[in-house]
Amino acid sequence: MKPAAFAYLAPHDLDEALDQLAEHGADARVLAGGQSLVRLMNARLASPAVVVDINRVGGLDALSLVNGSGPARLRLGATVRQRTSELSPEVAAHAPLLAEAGAHVAHAPVRSRGTVVGSVAFADPSAELPTALLALDGRVVARSRSGERTIEADDFFTGPFTTSLAPGELVVAVEVPVTAAGTGTAFVEVSRRHGDLPVCGVAATVTRGDDGSVAATRIALCGAGERPVRARAAEDALTGSDGGADAVAAAAARAADGLSPIADCHGSADFRRHLARVLTGRALRTAIHRAAGEADNA
Amino acid sequence: MPETTSPEKVRIRITVNDVAHDLLVEPRTLLADLLRGDLELTGTHVGCEQGVCGACTVLVDGAATRSCLVFAAQLDGTAVRTVESLAGADGTLHPIQQAFHENHGLQCGFCTPGMLMGACELLERTAEPDPDEVREALGGNLCRCTGYQNIVRSVCAAGQSMTAAKNGAQA
Ligand code: FES
Ligand code: FES
Repeated sequence: MKPAAFAYLAPHDLDEALDQLAEHGADARVLAGGQSLVRLMNARLASPAVVVDINRVGGLDALSLVNGSGPARLRLGATVRQRTSELSPEVAAHAPLLAEAGAHVAHAPVRSRGTVVGSVAFADPSAELPTALLALDGRVVARSRSGERTIEADDFFTGPFTTSLAPGELVVAVEVPVTAAGTGTAFVEVSRRHGDLPVCGVAATVTRGDDGSVAATRIALCGAGERPVRARAAEDALTGSDGGADAVAAAAARAADGLSPIADCHGSADFRRHLARVLTGRALRTAIHRAAGEADNA
Repeated sequence: MPETTSPEKVRIRITVNDVAHDLLVEPRTLLADLLRGDLELTGTHVGCEQGVCGACTVLVDGAATRSCLVFAAQLDGTAVRTVESLAGADGTLHPIQQAFHENHGLQCGFCTPGMLMGACELLERTAEPDPDEVREALGGNLCRCTGYQNIVRSVCAAGQSMTAAKNGAQA
């Protein structure tokens, strides 16, 4: 099929874009990379009356280290491409989980247009990047005509393809705290084919204390519910442990506690629960190795 | 209602295969349809219109791009290359096409334009890719005929012949 007719707006600065979004409200969709939106429009699953193309808005393509108040953060603007993020030395150094998860998104020609922020804002419950943002304790920076606010990843995803963004708000950036030494991260997934959305995926961060025990961990799953979800029972089980094989196994066994995964042609709910446990074990083992500064295959 | 209004057309200046065009396009015109319909460059194939098959891959400012997932209106000021840019005016095959020919890298040919353009981007970046690099680069291009082995072989062979030609030219 072909997209329904729409009016195309290409603002040149942020204020103009925010005015247009305010004016058209729910009739408008934001076009960044378009690799999800145009697909939906082609299938007429989305037929916005107005498309606001933000690619010409200056400054949104910045990928930068922010040293403001609080801990250093990596900030990715709304038009930073997934491919740019995946290959960026800053991302590799400061948020390697984003690069690792990002490399699983579709295929290179899609990632060279698709944006990190777009994937987060699209909020597909199976997608890798929202899950990575959640595991990294990241946040979303939203701007509207009435100002700017930050929304913690924990509060951003509210349901399938649904977020806590208000009408007229534009996600101008996502920010993640810099992954410090002593913290290891990992992303693993199972998908039907290379490049497909995962049936289930796990993003994990593990911070080890001076005595080697697990001081903190965040485990986020995709394909395991109506939105990217945290495996809190597994996090609680691992926190304070020695991070050894038994502790990881005990935590992984709790990874599907409280989850209600969807069942579809790609896998039953039970299969997804099974994957959640197995993949959590794998992700934690890798993250713990990396937290200790060990090479991946050690 | 969006269906009944006729939104304003958008003016774009776009270079396709080194030819400059100044066009008025409907916002909903996909690049694939601009190429195939308005510009009559039907070498670019459309399989799925969902970004899944890769048949519609063209180069936009050098980057392999799904032409079914981009509106022409977005492309003001860009340069697009399609499969028609590969062969010489006299029909001489591009080394990548020649390699597909010699290595039986196509059967029905439906996927081939996308494979060739994806290979173009890869060989621009990596002169002599190994089979794994070819599989990674073309992993999003589906072929229903060949079983892929000969496509991978073709792209590797193209890299070698292009490198040999370049070295020969410099010697
Ligand atoms: S037609 Fe564009 S990817 Fe299939
Ligand atoms: S040659 Fe027929 S689809 Fe690839």
